[in-house]
Amino acid sequence: MPNPAKGFKPTYAIRSQGDRCINVDFGDAIHPDTGRLCLSASAIFRAAHLPGVFEIVPTYISVALHYVPTAENMANGCAYDTLSERIHELLKDGIPDFEQASKTVEIPICYGGVHGPDLLDIAKRINLSPEEVIARHSQSPAMVYMLGFAPGCPYIALLDPVFAIPRRDTPVTAVPAGAVVVANRQNMIYPSTLPCGWHILGSTPLKMFDLERNPPVLLSPGDHVAYRPISSEEYDHLKHMQSLEVSA
Amino acid sequence: MSFEVLKPGLLSTFQDLGRLQHQRLGIPVAGALDVNAHRLANLLVGNGAELATLEMNLFPPTLKAHASCCVAFSGADMGPRINDGKVPMNRPVVLRAGDEISFGTRTDGARIYMAVHGGFQLNSVFDSASTYLRSAIGGFQGRALKRGDVVDIHEPLSDIDLSVLAQELWDVKIYLKSSLVKKKTPKLRIIKSAQWDEFTPESRADLITQPFKVTPVSDRMGFRLEGPTLKLSQPRQMISESVVFGTIQVPVGGQAIILMADRQPTGGYPKIAYVASVDQPLLAQLSPGDTFTFSLIDIAEAQKLDAKREEDFIALQRQLQPIEELLKLATGAKHV
Repeated sequence: MPNPAKGFKPTYAIRSQGDRCINVDFGDAIHPDTGRLCLSASAIFRAAHLPGVFEIVPTYISVALHYVPTAENMANGCAYDTLSERIHELLKDGIPDFEQASKTVEIPICYGGVHGPDLLDIAKRINLSPEEVIARHSQSPAMVYMLGFAPGCPYIALLDPVFAIPRRDTPVTAVPAGAVVVANRQNMIYPSTLPCGWHILGSTPLKMFDLERNPPVLLSPGDHVAYRPISSEEYDHLKHMQSLEVSA
Repeated sequence: MSFEVLKPGLLSTFQDLGRLQHQRLGIPVAGALDVNAHRLANLLVGNGAELATLEMNLFPPTLKAHASCCVAFSGADMGPRINDGKVPMNRPVVLRAGDEISFGTRTDGARIYMAVHGGFQLNSVFDSASTYLRSAIGGFQGRALKRGDVVDIHEPLSDIDLSVLAQELWDVKIYLKSSLVKKKTPKLRIIKSAQWDEFTPESRADLITQPFKVTPVSDRMGFRLEGPTLKLSQPRQMISESVVFGTIQVPVGGQAIILMADRQPTGGYPKIAYVASVDQPLLAQLSPGDTFTFSLIDIAEAQKLDAKREEDFIALQRQLQPIEELLKLATGAKHV
């Protein structure tokens, strides 16, 4: 991956979210370049140890810096102004493309059937065969941009425009852990049973969040995922193996 | 060395300052809704603000102490009682083994917090003992209290003359600034969001002139309000981003929701404004049916008020130093 010595100078905008959070926006649409920019900027902000900042959250197009008032950031009377200046300072020479400590994680998915009840409906909507939907989904380059919604729940953008499907009109009240759901060229993988307004394409036997595991989250922002279609027999087998690991 | 739950009350949970530093992993923050009351109760028993307190709602529990210890109650006045006698809010109170804690009539607010010197023995997950019910993590077995639960404490009082200690604690002068204990408010101060100008002029005017009511569909995750319908001039899809306590978001339909402690870590609804940090404890003390209005302040003013609150707490901590020293002696003696 290219790692230019001179940083790329992005356009960005700074805004406040209340009096304890400052956001830096790097775009207005979901795009891999914008996502990478957010991750790189987060790394720069984290390394800068900005006064009062205790948490930095990258999302699709924005980075949120959560902070508290301190003597240092309130020295000129307004912590937001102090932090805005520091951020401009940090970004004035551009953003080097950070080599994230990212990994590629293979996610086995059993598409369709009981594991993906919406596969046929999605296929019909986008005029593809179910097999084509599976191929397009599993071959679409996919990166984790952010975690949110519930502990360990990854938001993965899908580059293939065929997945620009609107959300469902009426949410389903309970979708099980492992569900791979899509809408608006995005894809989440459910860490636990939760309500869902997206479409269920399939299910993975892997656990996105497990407190018994260290770290409890399987995926982190910046990770790449490689989807591998599996049969329902393999799904059951992997699920069974996992339960043995837990009890071992 | 413990408290036993005789009656569980409704959704009594242990809370601290929350899981602030794991939001990027999708971990919800949780934590005390009224951080002032939580912090004050801790200071009054010589604890740091990071220890968990018991957050109790409109229907508080009945508890039995199985060891002598020192507790304090802050937040909504729900008429705390030890056995048959009333005890004051916002004072350290010495309990003897066998004492029963119950509550009488609520005179204001929605939540009362109980701290115990040395803290409760709880389950810490991602550096916090806050109970997060939706994922069943933290606190006492990841859930609200149930009848028969026995919750251990870290620092019971040693075998000393408790009436002497009670007198010494009573002699400590406690002066509380009204800004740290104020509970009822008809007006919450808010800061404009970056999307403020995208709302219709009527929506913006209504937000700061019309009354809003807290509906019964309100919980630790968010308060749903009933009030004027708020609208974007041009409806548009927002992209999910990190969200904060006090966000006034506007879903389709136009009835505002204020995000509270158990909010999801990210959200994609349009936001019109944010409740200033200094007024968030006042918001937390509202009950379904309460009405209030919003008034605008700018971010510099909000941050000055927030910083002033921090100074007041630090000053209070110094003032209450004698309590911490008395209780350290009273719990440390057993080790000698």
